[in-house]
Amino acid sequence: MKKNDFREGLRGGFAVMLAASPFGALFGALAVENGFSIADAVLMSATVYAGASQMVGIELFGNNVQPWLVVLSVFAVNFRHVLYSASIARHIRHFTFVQKFFTFFLLVDPQYAETERRAERGLPVTFSWYLGFGLIIYFPWLINTFIGALFGQLIGDPKAIGLDVLLPIYFLGLVLGFRKRDRFLPVVAASAVASVGAMHFVGSPWHVSIGALAGILLAACLPQTPARGEVPAMEQEA
Amino acid sequence: MDAQHLNLIYLIIAAAVATFATRVGGYVLITQFKHIPPRLEAALNAVPAAVLTTLVAPAFIYGGFDVGASMLVAFAIGMRFSTLRMLLVGWAAVMVIRHLVL
Repeated sequence: MKKNDFREGLRGGFAVMLAASPFGALFGALAVENGFSIADAVLMSATVYAGASQMVGIELFGNNVQPWLVVLSVFAVNFRHVLYSASIARHIRHFTFVQKFFTFFLLVDPQYAETERRAERGLPVTFSWYLGFGLIIYFPWLINTFIGALFGQLIGDPKAIGLDVLLPIYFLGLVLGFRKRDRFLPVVAASAVASVGAMHFVGSPWHVSIGALAGILLAACLPQTPARGEVPAMEQEA
Repeated sequence: MDAQHLNLIYLIIAAAVATFATRVGGYVLITQFKHIPPRLEAALNAVPAAVLTTLVAPAFIYGGFDVGASMLVAFAIGMRFSTLRMLLVGWAAVMVIRHLVL
């Protein structure tokens, strides 16, 4: 372990930690609203450790969606991580097997982005640096989940203080984060129409899978643009 | 611990395994595949926006005037500013509508 690299990682991750903290607390509060205990909420933050998909998971869980669909949705929302782990492979070849395990476990959006940037600037991607950057985000994420869940249990009716709109707005923000991608508008339009129709004619939770499938199929069927090179930048979110 | 709570624990663990699979999957795949077909890549690129839209659009259509209006306000903010600011302004909007307008 190189102490300087570790400290440099801690410093680099600090701003990300600050930005992610409100979302950790928000997750904790909404998890409790959707029937989780404080311990459940912290367990999910500790094991899944992927903000957006955790929110999707509790939202679907609160709507009594079948378990397989909850897991599938978490998988779908996190699918971009396949691209991350493929893309950082060339920077972490020198890590040991155990180091790689922790590397992949901590691979959230800002961690990926910063690793790529560090490699691009020609700085060494050491495990010490990576761990420092990851841990300064990971542990506060758990603490903020705990604080939010504790706060959530003290609140009576979440609707009276407007908590219920935060989740759809949060998801709206995530959708907007992808607006630079190819075929964004047709995909969103297809998924929006299909999910609203499915909600009306089939009912929840099927609106999720039907709507998602409509957008994904459309993206695959639309004429393909010539090679664009690298995968576009992902949204900013822990 | 009752059965329902135990099921929730299993669900969380399954979600964690699914997430870890995505985080290690790309590394495993890249060592096998040389090339991803463009249509598959286009489909994969569309996954997050397609899934997340299904959690936004029905809430906007069926959520009632207060939710719909505050989502519109948040959308306008979100085109320029951060998600955090969207949340704060959207939250303020729904509180104003619920306590002062309706």
